[in-house]
Amino acid sequence: MPPLLNASGCLDALAAPDVARSLDAFVTKTVTPLRRDGNAPVRIAEIDCGMLNTIGLANPGLDDFVCDTLPRLLELGVPVWVSVGGFRAGDYAESCARLDDEGVEAIELNVSCPNVESPVEATEEIVAAARAATAKPLFTKLSPQLPDVAAVALAAARAGTDGLSLVNTLRGLALDPRTLAPVLSTATGGVSGPVLRPVALAAVHACYAATGLPIVGMGGVETGRHALDLIAAGASACALGTILFRDPDAPARVRAELARTAFRLGLEDPLAARGLAHREAERPLPSETKIPAKVN
Amino acid sequence: MLRREAPSVVAVEPLGAYSLLRVERATLECGDPGQFFMLTPPGRTLPRAFSLCLAPPGELAFLVDPVGLGTRALVELQPGDRLPVLGPLGRGFRLDVPRPLLVGGGIGIAPLVYAAERLGRAPAILGFRTPEHAQAASLLQGAEVVIEPTYVTERLSPGRDVLACGPEPMLHAVACLAPSAQLAWEAPMACGYGACFGCAVEIRGRLRRLCVEGPVLTAADVVPAELEAA
Repeated sequence: MPPLLNASGCLDALAAPDVARSLDAFVTKTVTPLRRDGNAPVRIAEIDCGMLNTIGLANPGLDDFVCDTLPRLLELGVPVWVSVGGFRAGDYAESCARLDDEGVEAIELNVSCPNVESPVEATEEIVAAARAATAKPLFTKLSPQLPDVAAVALAAARAGTDGLSLVNTLRGLALDPRTLAPVLSTATGGVSGPVLRPVALAAVHACYAATGLPIVGMGGVETGRHALDLIAAGASACALGTILFRDPDAPARVRAELARTAFRLGLEDPLAARGLAHREAERPLPSETKIPAKVN
Repeated sequence: MLRREAPSVVAVEPLGAYSLLRVERATLECGDPGQFFMLTPPGRTLPRAFSLCLAPPGELAFLVDPVGLGTRALVELQPGDRLPVLGPLGRGFRLDVPRPLLVGGGIGIAPLVYAAERLGRAPAILGFRTPEHAQAASLLQGAEVVIEPTYVTERLSPGRDVLACGPEPMLHAVACLAPSAQLAWEAPMACGYGACFGCAVEIRGRLRRLCVEGPVLTAADVVPAELEAA
């Protein structure tokens, strides 16, 4: 079975330990070197087929995280991935160096910088700095808003990333129907939920073809079918994000649905579907599969 | 331990401008007055937060003001429809107070109805925008009812332990008049259990999650700047 994780920022394992334990690994909210209170309210808004958020990387800062939060997370008995973020390569290196001695399973580099002038160079610099600072497995998380996400994934691969996390949110805006003012305090925010699903699939598809790296696929996954689609596009693991807000029981449900859906397609393990979207000769034939009227 | 069920809808009963949404209790606990539940309206991505209004035997009942896509979908539910319900969540009112006074505004009367039931008769002052909205006061027998332009704060008697829920300006005004009041606040939230960090409000000078630290706070928890701004 492919590992099932949460998307960074979509779960607090200390507030909901049972939900964290129902995952194969827990991914923290992004930690930055210095404490951040995050953005002013309003921070979230529902939109058609998804939601917007502008939390603003609220986190206790690296010191407090390592000294106070991390020990409690490690006691939960679920592998911990730490998402790190920053504003320059040195921020990432500092965080990775600090986490190198800790019992974390992997580090996710939140390198979602669609607005920098040269994302290829910026990403390569950040990943290289992090790589030099730690021997932990590094997963580089990319924005789906990049003009050429595969080129940036290749840059991350050159700089030594072990895998990719695809995708972060898209930029979006929602207006109050009564006043036509932006709903969020920062006007725009990150789009997530079902609306992100085809975007995530396309990014996973492109980056798998370009790099062949392990990929944690995420973006609008609500059912086992959605997870299987990401795996067929090239993901080796899946993460749940927005669905956790509505359904904290989603991990067990999605895992069961994923196994059932793969089995109906003649696959003993859902991971056998990895990359099938790229290989016509190996794909199940429609005549050999029995898809019930309602799949998940 | 989070408990989520999809109980059947028993009825949706119009109550003036509001509706009372009754669902089967299933294995869900009622929790304390002021705690809340996340209800997922059909067809929506995110659940909505509602404090418990009534706890009839075998049921949970929520007061709904159908003002948006989610709340309108909730009042259109039919008996027998399944409704995902998560809760109870958050911190509710402390009921161990010697001289309780319930102060509610608009849809904010919901948790006070359940609080009155648990306290067993407590005086209440309820304020509404219109006589149509004020019909919901029938849920709380014996309550004093005021309608705009009269405000509940004009009727507050001193020396009472105030439990209040209502629109933000009302809560700020109550906090000024009754510094020991317990206030039930509201903020947009995606999850209700600490996952999304969407419901951040400034408490004791720091942005904190209302779903975890609240929704009931004491007036002293609210930063002075906010009170002054009111």
